Amino acid sequence: MQKRNLELRDINENEYIAQQESNLDQALGMGLSKDEFELICNKINKIPNQTELGIFSAMFSEHCSYKSSKKWLKTLPTKAKHVIQGPGENAGVIDIGNDQAAVFKIESHNHPSFIEPYQGSATGVGGILRDVFTMGARPIALLNALRFGSINHPLTKHLVSGVVKGIGGYGNCIGIPTVGGETNFNKSYDGNILVNAMAVGLAQKDKIFYSAATGAGNPVIYVGAKTGRDGIHGATMASAEFTESSSEKRPTVQVGDPFTGKLLLEACLELMQTDVVLSIQDMGAAGLTSSSVEMASKGGLGMHLNLDLVPIREEGMTSYEIMLSESQERMLMILKPGSEEAAKLIFNKWDLDFANIGEVTNTGRLVLDKNGFEACNIPINPLVEDAPEYDRPYEILQNKKIIKSDDFQSNQTLNNILIKMFESPNIASKKWIWEQYDSSVMGDTILCNGKSDAAIVKIHGTETKKSLGKGIAMTTDCTPRYVKSDPIIGGMQAVCEAARNIAASGAKPLAITNNLNFGNPEKINVMGEIVGSIKGISQAASTFNTPIVSGNVSLYNETNGQGILPTPVIGMVGIIDEVESCLGISAGNNNTLIILGQKQNFTEGWLGCSLYQEIIIDDFDGAPPPIDLKTEKQIIETIMTLNNNKLLTGAHDISDGGLLIAICEMLFENRLGLNVNLPKALMSSNSKDHLLHSWCFGEDQNRIIISTNESDKVVSLLKENLIDYYILGTTNTSSNLNLNELDTISIKNLYNINETTIPSLMDTYKS
Amino acid sequence: MKVEVNISLKEGVLDPEGQAIDNTLRNLGYNNFDNIRTGKQIILNIDETDENEVLKQADKMCQELLVNIVIENYQINIIKDK
Amino acid sequence: MRTAVAIFPGSNCDRDMAVAIKKITGKSPLKLWHKDTEAPNLDLIVIPGGFSFGDYLRCGALAARSPIIKNIKNHVSRGGALLGVCNGFQILIEANILPGSLVRNKKLLFTCRETTLEVQDSIQSPFLSSFNTGDCLNIPVAHNEGNYIANNELLKELENNGRIAFKYKKSSEIETDYNPNGSLNDIAGILSKNGRVLGMMPHPERSINSLYGGTDGLKFLTKSIEQIVG
Repeated sequence: MQKRNLELRDINENEYIAQQESNLDQALGMGLSKDEFELICNKINKIPNQTELGIFSAMFSEHCSYKSSKKWLKTLPTKAKHVIQGPGENAGVIDIGNDQAAVFKIESHNHPSFIEPYQGSATGVGGILRDVFTMGARPIALLNALRFGSINHPLTKHLVSGVVKGIGGYGNCIGIPTVGGETNFNKSYDGNILVNAMAVGLAQKDKIFYSAATGAGNPVIYVGAKTGRDGIHGATMASAEFTESSSEKRPTVQVGDPFTGKLLLEACLELMQTDVVLSIQDMGAAGLTSSSVEMASKGGLGMHLNLDLVPIREEGMTSYEIMLSESQERMLMILKPGSEEAAKLIFNKWDLDFANIGEVTNTGRLVLDKNGFEACNIPINPLVEDAPEYDRPYEILQNKKIIKSDDFQSNQTLNNILIKMFESPNIASKKWIWEQYDSSVMGDTILCNGKSDAAIVKIHGTETKKSLGKGIAMTTDCTPRYVKSDPIIGGMQAVCEAARNIAASGAKPLAITNNLNFGNPEKINVMGEIVGSIKGISQAASTFNTPIVSGNVSLYNETNGQGILPTPVIGMVGIIDEVESCLGISAGNNNTLIILGQKQNFTEGWLGCSLYQEIIIDDFDGAPPPIDLKTEKQIIETIMTLNNNKLLTGAHDISDGGLLIAICEMLFENRLGLNVNLPKALMSSNSKDHLLHSWCFGEDQNRIIISTNESDKVVSLLKENLIDYYILGTTNTSSNLNLNELDTISIKNLYNINETTIPSLMDTYKS
Repeated sequence: MKVEVNISLKEGVLDPEGQAIDNTLRNLGYNNFDNIRTGKQIILNIDETDENEVLKQADKMCQELLVNIVIENYQINIIKDK
Repeated sequence: MRTAVAIFPGSNCDRDMAVAIKKITGKSPLKLWHKDTEAPNLDLIVIPGGFSFGDYLRCGALAARSPIIKNIKNHVSRGGALLGVCNGFQILIEANILPGSLVRNKKLLFTCRETTLEVQDSIQSPFLSSFNTGDCLNIPVAHNEGNYIANNELLKELENNGRIAFKYKKSSEIETDYNPNGSLNDIAGILSKNGRVLGMMPHPERSINSLYGGTDGLKFLTKSIEQIVG
């Protein structure tokens, strides 16, 4: 390397500037604080140049360093016998038997999706897929948890349309089925939508690839698409609130290419069949910076890269731009020395760039050369190990006010409430959305989207003589209004609902990936929401032995000071031993519906924080429904026992909207009817009676409705195990929901409303 | 020499995208237009200095790949640097 | 029975089709790579679904200009059987092996759902000779550009010469949305002049199991293969 001082005549002007000493103003402009800038100068014993400063700002951003949440994330339960790899790698890995492993993770792309909904969500899908196949797993399913503003907000439809097209555009093209997820609308997301993408993949247990760099002298290889100026400082954008000038950030949004993504996936998996890959990481947030730094840091080593060898697609890119670019579809690998040529052949076959850009060193430093000069020379430790970790002050606000049924003055009949519920985009069928996703490519999707509580995808190659094989169950869940009212209960409830959904589909819950979406952690109550929900999630996850093996945190989801509802999304994965025993939500004719977890004499349902409350007063208030973890666990074990004994024809958990909504959803597919047994205390209620409403729409937890042809055997098993249960009645072909003949509730009518609510809001095509 | 190929749908071929754009523009209050048709543009540098040769090359590319002759029309322009 | 599945960069449904063929014949089909200039003699070639070359320029446009296509055309002129599914159908059209055009779905949205196909009164074809006119098959679709269009002349030729293989059909009186993409005359698949090339938008390889997807696709593929070998 040239040791004499760099002069302007030596290299292009922009690179010259990049290699000049930076200052505090530039640091602040890159999202660093004054303290962080001083810390950096002290740790590296010099004032960083602009490229070095850019690298620090990316690594110190909330998105990369988790500085506000790290302290609390460490308290999550992450271990179990079936966990092969917990948090800290590109994705989590669990043992699923047959020498196989499930590899999965959920990640957010909230800020970019608001600015450019199609590309923001598409690149979110691309990124999460790379996180999974970088571990050696072929992705087999995608899910997404979406939160949009009020349906009447001027931007919402445009955002919904763009995000759904983007997710479909990427997932469908790369050929991985999108099988589940959730979509909610609430005005708190008006200025900050949430797009969380989850991917699940399968790998051989003993062929998992990790990211720690190894072996000084080993070649560092760059593969995939060329590097351009996309998304520079995308990580810092993700860590900042939106203001009026955010629309100027449009050019910084990354553009994805699912075709290159597919080629990269095939090429990497093909290379991983050999034994030459020592470590590998995808280039996601903060691109080449985060991948090179994290790989070196994990291995306790350093890297020396020649940036002139990085394949670029734009002219005159500086060291700063190359390191911070978030161009998509790129991976960084360490290969066995001598294997480079053979590996290159594979990438050439798939028409992808392959470049040897440097080597691993044992200096513990990141050294970058550009145009014959040293553009960067900094120790790695301060970037990762010594990255700031904050202990922000917090206050967990828990609303303890209990809302009683006679607090309401709705003057609405049951039928009217039901109609209003199915006219709400939060309850109505999301078929308009999921039909835009290919859910059956790869030929292994057993149940998906609206058909069951959790998606079930067959594990390819596990067929036996007596069974189609094993399956993976997956779901995403969260009830943000509960979290807002009481973060601890809200966190618990998200895990409980996920576990119920997995169990109601016939599977056993195994592990969690979580996406924690919150507002500004510098606000004491928002930090309290983070801490509180983590506490709740921990308690519930420990109860179900479903450790957290991966995840993502997205903070600063606020616009002009207005924050989102706290939204800690739980992505849960489970296993089903024989996919033939899976359960959908639809009941057959002449099936008996029984609620597990509801007492015979239960009458007053919990209306605090319910959708019923939101329909009546256009807001939510009060404490959320309490959680009893012991009972939740019991109910889940019970349904698994019932299903193992082949006593069930279907199951559906009770959540948003309460009991009557769940019943309707079970009756819809076959347009069945039900004469509902009312408890004695409600027999003389009229249709507008609030106590009756609370029984119908209360959101009391730990309840699953099952449908069965063997009610005697079911009841006998429940009695034996002292499980609370309530028999609702037996389905018929009347297509009427009959509660003591109070109202004419036509299931056909509600079905039509359920089917048409979202299309009539979203369809722009006029025939 | 830089060349721009403008590709459009033949008259009479259904253009649902054009139709959708039409609907939305009208919803925004524009009523002073009709007959929206969508198309695409491909720009490339052809390694030739003779204009006629450039047009000939571009035309061959259109016929063979760039244009779906069954349902699309095309028109080639040479872009002169100002 | 010698079968092969053609694979292009971006093909997605090759594995699904190979699984279906293996289920029926007991043997995995050969793989033809897009860059291959030679291929052995075959009874049946399948061009599977997916997003070959990312659907860039036009769906199937770039794949239709791959080296392997010449070989596929030779196979056809020797009387070989050729099945194009979804993107495969798009490739057959771009390669001028089948006539007409496949454009964007009328509603401009990707659509993934079940459809009911009705077998049409068609010329002799190994793909359809085991079925009667009016037989129905439930087979799923998943596409963004499945809207088959043709000018009047071509439409007449297809209809008068029994070259329409399938049309989308209502599965019940109240169904309004039975045609998933708005195709002309509900056309879902067409045949070549000699009946030995079939292009169809729906995915039979996704309907090979009674637990999920149903078995009408399996029925269709099995009978087709029996006729091709027979």
